[in-house]
Formats: sequence, C-alpha cells, structure tokens
Amino acid sequence: MTAVLVFLGCLMAGIVWWLIRQTINVKPWVADTSAEAPQTYALAGPGSLQGVPSVKVGLGVFLAVATSLFALFLSAYDIRMEISDWRPLREPDLLWFNTALLVLGSIALQWGWTNAKKGNETQRNRGLIAGGIFALGFIIGQLMAWQELNAAGLTISGNPANAFFYTLTALHGLHLLGGLVAWAKTANRVWRGAQPAAINLGVELCTLYWHYLLVIWLILFGLMLST
Amino acid sequence: MAQATHDAHSYVPPAEVEEMELYHAKTWIGKYVWSQDAKVIAVQYSVTAIAIGLVALVLSVLMRLQLGWPNSFSIIDPSSYLQFVTMHGMIMVIYLLTALFLGGFGNYLIPLMCGARDMVFPYLNMVSYWVYLAAVLILVASFFVPGGSTGAGWTLYPPQAISPGTPGTEWGILLMLISLALFIIGFTMGGLNYVVTVLQARTRGMSLMRLPLTVWGIFMATVLALLAFPALFVSAIMMTLDRLLGTSFFMPAMVSLGDQTSYDNGSPVLFQHLFWFFGHPEVYIVALPAFGIVSDLLSTHARKAIFGYRMMVWAIVAIGALSFVVWAHHMYVSGMNPYFGFFFATTTLIIAVPTAIKVYNWVLTLWRGNIRLNVPMMFAIGFIFTFINGGLTGLFLGNVTVDLPLSDTYFVIAHFHMVMAVSPILVVFGAIYHWYPKVTGRMLDDRLGKIHFWLTFLGTYAIYYPMHYLGFQGLPRRYFSYGETAFMSDSAQDLNMAISIAAICVAFAQLFFLYNLVVSYFRGKPASDNPWEATTLEWQTSKTPPEHGNFGPDLPLVYRWAYDYSLPGATQDYIPQNVSPDDPIVTGEDPTIEASSATAPENPS
Repeated sequence: MTAVLVFLGCLMAGIVWWLIRQTINVKPWVADTSAEAPQTYALAGPGSLQGVPSVKVGLGVFLAVATSLFALFLSAYDIRMEISDWRPLREPDLLWFNTALLVLGSIALQWGWTNAKKGNETQRNRGLIAGGIFALGFIIGQLMAWQELNAAGLTISGNPANAFFYTLTALHGLHLLGGLVAWAKTANRVWRGAQPAAINLGVELCTLYWHYLLVIWLILFGLMLST
Repeated sequence: MAQATHDAHSYVPPAEVEEMELYHAKTWIGKYVWSQDAKVIAVQYSVTAIAIGLVALVLSVLMRLQLGWPNSFSIIDPSSYLQFVTMHGMIMVIYLLTALFLGGFGNYLIPLMCGARDMVFPYLNMVSYWVYLAAVLILVASFFVPGGSTGAGWTLYPPQAISPGTPGTEWGILLMLISLALFIIGFTMGGLNYVVTVLQARTRGMSLMRLPLTVWGIFMATVLALLAFPALFVSAIMMTLDRLLGTSFFMPAMVSLGDQTSYDNGSPVLFQHLFWFFGHPEVYIVALPAFGIVSDLLSTHARKAIFGYRMMVWAIVAIGALSFVVWAHHMYVSGMNPYFGFFFATTTLIIAVPTAIKVYNWVLTLWRGNIRLNVPMMFAIGFIFTFINGGLTGLFLGNVTVDLPLSDTYFVIAHFHMVMAVSPILVVFGAIYHWYPKVTGRMLDDRLGKIHFWLTFLGTYAIYYPMHYLGFQGLPRRYFSYGETAFMSDSAQDLNMAISIAAICVAFAQLFFLYNLVVSYFRGKPASDNPWEATTLEWQTSKTPPEHGNFGPDLPLVYRWAYDYSLPGATQDYIPQNVSPDDPIVTGEDPTIEASSATAPENPS
C-alpha cells in the first residue's frame, strides 16, 4: 500500500498546509464591521482560490480522486506481483508507438493552449483538434495491442500480470474516453463559434487532463515494462 | 483582536462572489423530478435513503427473530439469514448513512450554510442522484434474482464471496458489485460538487473559520469519501473480473466441492487491505458529518457558543487524516506481522485523542448553557452518551491482544453498532427534527418526537449492552443458530430473546417517527423562518421553505461566526451570521431610533 500512502500523505500535507494558511491566527469569534475585513482571508487572502474557475477546481479535485484510484491499483499490483505465480508479461512493441501518439496529443494541446493565451484562434483550434485525434489514435492502438496479446494466447485469465495489463490499460483508456467527451464538447463549441473565453477554458482543461493522463500512462507503462 | 474600524454606515458593496446562473425549470417534472435544485435533490436522496434503510431495518428484525426464537420461522433458513446479515450491513452503512449524510444533508445544508445559490455544478448534482437511485434499484433487484442476494457478509471477503456454497454467488454478488461501483460513480459526481461549492461558492465574509461545523464535518467527510471510495471501486472491479473472466486477483488456488478450481494463487488478504482501506475511512465518512451536525445542534439548543471552535475544526481534519492509517486494525486475525499490529494499534489509539477532544468540547458546550431540552437537543445529548460508550469499547478492540479473543464475537457487533450505527442515527434523527421546519415549513410534533426519542435511545441500549456480555462469553457473530455449545451458558439464549424483544420494540418505535414525518407535512404547526432562533444562514432566508436560489435578490453578507449565542449586551440571545456589529440587536440600542441603520447592508446610502 506504499504508493497510495505516499500519495495520500502528500495530499493531506498539502491540505493541512493550505488550511493552516487560511486559518492560522484567525479569531473566528470576533465579528467584523464589514465583509471586507481581514478575517475574510478565505476569499481574497493568501492561497485563496478566488478567480480560479470552479470547473478548474472541480477538475483538480477529480484528478485527486483519479490519482487515488490509480495509486490503489499500483499498490495492488505491487502486492500481487510478490506471489509466486506471477509471470512477467512481454508488452507488445506497439505500446511504444501508442506512447508516442499520447505524447504528441499532449504537445498538440499544449501548443493549442499557448496559442489560445496569445489570442491566436486558428492555431488554438488546430492544436485542439490534433490533440483529440492523437488520443483517438492512442485508444485504437491500445485495442490493437490487446488483439495482438490475445492472438498470442496471452488472455486476461492466463496470469495475474496479464490481468493487470488488461485492467490498467482499460481503466486508463476509459479515462481518456471520458476526456474525449469533454474534448468533443469543446470542439463543438468551436464549431458553433462560441465565446473565445468558453473555448479557451475548455482547451485549458483538456490540456491539463491530457498531461495528467500522459503522466499516469508513463508511470503505468514504466512499471509494467520493469516488472 | 479588537473590533476595529467601526463605521455604522460603512457601505458594503454587492457580493464579489460570482452570481451563478440558475437553471429554471418550467415544468413540474423539471422542478421536482429531474431537478437541479440542491434542496430538491437533497430530499430525493433522503427519501430514497430512508426507504432503503427501512428495508434494512426489516432485515435486522428478521435476523433477531431467528436469534431470539431459533428455527421457529420457516421463512428464515441459514442461507437467507446470511443474506439478511449481508444486505442489512451494506445498506445501512453505504446506501443509508453515507447517502443520507452526504447526499441528503450535504445537498441541503452546504449551499444554504455557505450562502450560495446552489451547488456549483447543478446538472452533475442531478445526475449524481439518479445514478444513486439506479445503484439502489440494482441492489434491491438482487433480492429477486435466481439464488437471491449475496450472503457473503458486508465485507464480501473472497474466496467465499464468489465460491459455490455461499448464497448468491451466481447473480447476487455481481449485482452487489455493480451497484457499489455505480454508487461510487454517483457519489463522486456529488462529492466534487460538495467540495468545490465549499471552496468556491461561499458568500462574502464567510471565511473558512466562520463556517458552521456542520459544513466542516460534511466537507472533510466528502474529502475522505472521494479518496477512500476508489479503494472499494478497485476491489469491486477486480472481484468482478475474478468472478466473470476467471482472473486470480484475489482467488487462491483451491478445491471447491471436490473440484480443483481454475484459479491461481490470488491473494484474499490483498482484498482485505483494499476493502479496509476504504472501510475504515468509511466509519469517519459517517461519523464526521454527525460530529459536525451534533456540534451545531448542541450549540443552538444550549444557547451557547461551541466550546473550542478552532480545536473542533482541527480535530475534524486530524481525524480525517489519521483515518487512512488505521485500516489494518480490522485485520488483526489475518495473520499479520506483529510489528504491523503494533503500528496499527498505536495509530488507532492516537485517533482517540482528537475524538476525545471533540467529546470534551461537546460536554463543555453544555456546561452552564441555557439548555432547551427539545427533541433535537435530546437526540444530540443521547448521541454523546452513545458515542462515548461505543468509543470506549473501541479502545479494547484497538489493542491486538484484547482484539484477538473478541474478534468476530458479539462484542464487536455491540461496539460498532453503538459507535457507528446508533450514534450517527441519533444525529440523523436530531437533525431531521431540527431542519424539518426549514425543509417543509412545518414543525414536527413534539410529543411524538419525545416518545420516539426515549423508545429509541433506551431501546438501543437494551439491545446492545447485553451483546457486550454475549461477546465476552465468546458467542460468535454471523451464526444462524448456536445449538448445543459447551462455552455458552443457558442464559445466553434468554438474553438473546430479550435482545430480540428490545429490537422489535425499537423497530416499531420508528413508526412514531414515520407517522410524525408524514402527518406533520400536512397538518403540522406552521414553522416560522427561524423557529429555533439559530444563527446560521439557512435560517435567515426570506422564505420557508427557501425558494430556488435560496436567498432573495442579494446574497447575505457574513460578519461573524455561527456561534454568537447569548452575547453580552445584545438584545436577543442569538446574533445571526449576517447581522453587522452596528446593528441595534448587537449594540443593545433602542431599535426604534436606529431603525434605518439597522438595515444598512441592504440599503446602501
């Protein structure tokens, strides 16, 4: 359970640090004459989240939940691989190609977001569309990798290493599919010619999510390659 | 800190908190069925949770019938008994308590107490309820599928949960796992809302340290739930794969009914780790909202500020953080390394420190308070008694050497029912009596409420106190019948019968409550906007029940914490959070002279 404990330890430390900054030296029983008084730190003081769109905070909270989920799977992986029946799986080489696609997707979206901040709408839209297409390519590639393994007789019930491979890739893929739904909504906004601010926020959130799933994939892939 | 820079006429500009656009439904169905209003969703959650909770209550009566008068009822056989045990536990912990505290009270109270119009993601909030309802319906469906619901115990330990011989291994367990997975997905949608609303949508002046403890409790419990439920999700996925696709995550190589199964060396202990990594925080997911709500009930009805507010907040945070490092105290008998046991016993005892701080603070809040012994207050005080009782037996079970002989006996049943079943449910009752007037606009009947309280409170003691004794005798839990055993005295059966009679009485006592809920809705005494003379924002709405959007045209401005009761010099014994220090009710000046300045925040000059 080390992976999940390390993650939770860091997260809890972060929450406690943030709360201390919000609450240290505050005397809640003292009333203020105006709602602008210094006690109202939480809205405009150090470490406040004022000005950050709620959706972005929501995404941050969701990423914490998803990290908890993946960290628990990694912990389970770690415990299960110690048992004698574990036979390491030789991952298909196709995964390297898929990884490259995911990296390209992240780069494309990052490029799109950078252009969005500059107000360069055409480039932003290109980055957004390319990011989605690369992600789709990644998912198709993962399915092909599954087929390749299956054809080689490496089924999910064959060995716990296989079972973890299929489960983790499926879980990661499902998260990416969820991201593609959000991506499609943003793309639809572009199509309908919505307000730039709304589109930019969508591009920013997609970029963050793509980066997050890339990092998760690199950790998963690295772990599966090394064991 | 002095109350500096008083300026009676200082104009406070309109809220900088962004006004949210509310979705206004045009049809009745849009308003009350596919509703995006957190208050309606709260009622939907609560009604569903209480309905499924009643099913679990009936199951417990069926269990007690068998235990009190063994083999006298033809409808209860060993398999169905195990199914009752399993479904009772799972429903009560997850589908009733978690859903009611977070989905019910969380949805109703977070926006109102924070001074928000609604949750920040109303659509997601609506979907959250419907996914929860689907999870409940799938769970109920498992009663009716071939083989019936699962009888694996609420902990669903493999290998027996999916091995032949256990009831419900065909369909029951699958439906249970699917239902749990759906519940978690639905909860995550709701949980994102609760956390982000508390972080982002508080009205101006509502700093974190001015939040009522109810919001703190629900907020921290939601954080725990968001991080801990994935552990149950992971184990549910892996067990489903073991059951359906023949993987060996948890299933060991074994011979079942004379045949070698196809499973390899899966690890049942891995499941236990994952399950309890969720299971222990789950205790606090249920307890923390109860802690928060009971703090507010005690303070309001004792007309006294909560004792040690900052300590209470930090105790909630500390309990939340510590709850992730005690899980293996549920696994002392799984054959763990003694050093591990020592570690987990230590963390378990450490968690008693912030918990004890809270108990002291509740008692000290009552000390020299102007106690109004109405129904919510009685339930709140009843909670303190019960929680101390249940908490103290936790100290026994937290120690490895004491736990080993007591493990899987009725002592454990008595402990966890006192601490995480009766205690939170007393708070649920207290909270319903307290907030029902705001939700419906009518008061609940006081006399029926008192009858309900005494029967429930004394009745649960009659049920669970004797169980400690049965546990000391070594009576094991989850047994259909005991037959002739050497270690069990003859009186144990008499005691079991007495417990069953008490349990049946308590179950029937809930009819007073249900009758009260239904009849008062139509014929109850109309409630004023603030019948308990409370300070928090939900009582300051212009309409009761509050309309969609909660507050009038302007969001309230907050000048103080939620516990300004019996303030010296004030003309009334409570100062609502949105009352400025210049207001005559605070300064004690004649309100007729200062009438115009009293409403200064609403009428900028």
